[in-house]
Amino acid sequence: MKNRLKVLRAERDWTQAKLAEELDVSRQTINAIETGKFDPSLPLAFKAASLFDMLIEDIFQDKVDS
Amino acid sequence: MNEKIIDSGNIKDRTKKNTIHLGLWTGAWVLATAGAVFGPKFLWDFNTLPTIIGISIHICIGFGMIYANKQHLLGMDEMQRHIQHEAMALTLGVGLVLGMSYELLEDIKLISFEPEISHLIILMCLTYFIGIIRGNRRYQ
Repeated sequence: MKNRLKVLRAERDWTQAKLAEELDVSRQTINAIETGKFDPSLPLAFKAASLFDMLIEDIFQDKVDS
Repeated sequence: MNEKIIDSGNIKDRTKKNTIHLGLWTGAWVLATAGAVFGPKFLWDFNTLPTIIGISIHICIGFGMIYANKQHLLGMDEMQRHIQHEAMALTLGVGLVLGMSYELLEDIKLISFEPEISHLIILMCLTYFIGIIRGNRRYQ
């Protein structure tokens, strides 16, 4: 799964630690999601969407979409 | 959809607190195990009542440790929990398969000594340790 977390984070000048704190996960988890090594659960994806005030599909895309 | 979160603190504080709890319960269980194993021989000369009390305490503290481990898992984030679940599944599988084979070796007289439960515990600890390292490296 692809995602725009790194871009959205950079736009807000947030560190991985800051985003991790906002989503109540570890920094390692944010890193794994950003690098595509770990796919977040639906609740965590909803939480990220709510945090960035976006739709889930605007943040996370299936790799076959592109 | 709502994930059950233990405690309202952030994940670092929560994990630290739950890890300390789990460590204390594990330490207490190890002490209770030592008491149950060595007590009858060195402290109360195989008297039945203290032995039953010792075993009961051992079991009760064991269940406390299981509960602390569950709280520890629930306090983690989903990736940490995933790593733990994979390591535990590996440990259970390896423990069951190799534990059974080890026991069979004695039954069919391929080894001359009696298999000890401590050997299985050591194997499970090592497998769990390898599973945790492997999981963490995969998501680095």
